Amino acid sequence: MTMTQTIAPNAPITRPSAPPGGARAALEVARRALRKYFRTPGLSVMGVVQSALFLFSFRYVFGGAIQAGPSGYVNYLVPGYVATIVLFTGGGVAVAVAEDRAQGFTARLLSLPVPRYAIVAGRALADSATNAWSILVTVGFGFLFGFRLGGTVPDGLAALGLCLVYAVVFTVVFIVIGLFAPSVQAAQGLSLIAFVFAFISSTYVPAASMPGWLQPFSRYQPITPMVNAVRALILGSGSDVALALAWSALLLVVCTPVAVLRYRSA
Amino acid sequence: MRLTEQVTRSAQAAPLLEASGLTVRFGKVTALDGLNMTAPPGEVLAILGPNGAGKTTFVRTVATLLRPTSGTLRVRGRDVAADPVAVRRDIGLAGQFAAVEPTMTGRENLEMTAQLFGHDGRAARRAASIVIEQLSLEDVAGRRSGTYSGGQRRRLDLGASLVGAPRLLLLDEPTTGLDPAGRREVWDAVRALVAGGTDVVLTTHYLDEANELADHVIVIDRGRVIASGPLDDLKASVGHDVIEVAVPDASLLDAAGLILQRVTSSPPRIDRGSRRASARSAGGASELRAAIGLLEGAAIPIDEIGLRRPTLDEAFLALTADQGQDRSPQ
Repeated sequence: MTMTQTIAPNAPITRPSAPPGGARAALEVARRALRKYFRTPGLSVMGVVQSALFLFSFRYVFGGAIQAGPSGYVNYLVPGYVATIVLFTGGGVAVAVAEDRAQGFTARLLSLPVPRYAIVAGRALADSATNAWSILVTVGFGFLFGFRLGGTVPDGLAALGLCLVYAVVFTVVFIVIGLFAPSVQAAQGLSLIAFVFAFISSTYVPAASMPGWLQPFSRYQPITPMVNAVRALILGSGSDVALALAWSALLLVVCTPVAVLRYRSA
Repeated sequence: MRLTEQVTRSAQAAPLLEASGLTVRFGKVTALDGLNMTAPPGEVLAILGPNGAGKTTFVRTVATLLRPTSGTLRVRGRDVAADPVAVRRDIGLAGQFAAVEPTMTGRENLEMTAQLFGHDGRAARRAASIVIEQLSLEDVAGRRSGTYSGGQRRRLDLGASLVGAPRLLLLDEPTTGLDPAGRREVWDAVRALVAGGTDVVLTTHYLDEANELADHVIVIDRGRVIASGPLDDLKASVGHDVIEVAVPDASLLDAAGLILQRVTSSPPRIDRGSRRASARSAGGASELRAAIGLLEGAAIPIDEIGLRRPTLDEAFLALTADQGQDRSPQ
């Protein structure tokens, strides 16, 4: 065996004195996810374009045929659409999580002395940020397509704040989907489940307009109260807000530990 | 304080790896089946085995990505199940999948990993710069790693496992899928690290890779160690030297092979590409003499003939074949 004696590095790396703290590790994990998002046009640009096109279609293509709300369909549609936009963009989160597992990036992270919860926290932080970004862009398009606040500006901001809470909640849900999907394609497929919840709810049409057998699902699944709460806040009412927050808390409380435990064995 | 020193000293004296009855199951599949092994520090260990033998499972268990179903595994004296964080601080993992972020530059990738090892920003930048120099990545460090060649990406992956100054570098099939130039690049990088004092454990199914890099070899098959020891011992343990003859014309190979078989009573191996026939020989020099006599008698011209130690390739085939025979009655 020939052993080429290459010069040993004359400036050795000192060993870190301690593993990174959870917050620093989470920020580093988040920074990488954000860089990937903003440096991949397919993710950052197409996500926005897609959400604008969808809103455009509902507003101008289907909207004329839908009777909803006393102040016109656009004022009914936009709050629901903004509240649930993450159900559409969140598929990207599940795919990104599944990709990291398939390509060995998760293994690299798990081999580092990083607290497991920091990996989930970093991922959730970054994806909540990009999802919040989608929400803000979509609100912009909403106003462009004719949406007007029915109440005061603070009421509108409260509604927006609630939508941002949902962004965090759905992000964690999609992280769990990405962690359980056996492949990247499966992550994409599984994410379509979210469409069922988005469409069979009060997001696009009032639940009362659906056939009787469909109404119980529409009424009691979490998306309907979540959307209704956003509409109520815009008009200065607090109805359904407590129920929406309870659903949000429940989803977070269930999904977060599942995500942390699942990352541990990814 | 004195206690800490003692603990440190005992960790230094502990074997690099020590597995006892190590078993890892995935459902009904047993990937590691009561594996026992010890690897001394200060040597490059190669884990050899056919695909599906359990090599990758073993590395992932060392890296604390998998938990043992039963049995124990200690890395530098620390139990992977009881103290995974300590193990993670000691190891750097580079895999058969080059796990770097393609949308980030080489330098950004290294700085990120350094921070995740626990460096602060300044120390992370310094560690990244050192590794870039060490692995000769200066020219590409500012480019996104998605634009790298296979060899460059693999070296960056290797670099990412080094920025935390690990005491043990785990390389899971470090050159799988690389072209010969890429393999050379990675081998040179690993040799430089070894010269700098890093302990290395690598898995490979390339025998020449083990030959190039390793001092100590363990061979795994079906989740168990079937041979272990210094590389030279392993070659010697499969016995016998080999008589090998090279002939000028491939059409003479079969006749030459038959003569070798008659002399040595072991089945010949024919390599048509290099026009060589070979056979294991228990009789050594006297059998060599007999073979030469018979070849001349049959008027087969000889380009080259000799007695040599078995190659790792031959050792490996002999070992896994024996193992297969042991189990065939089941």
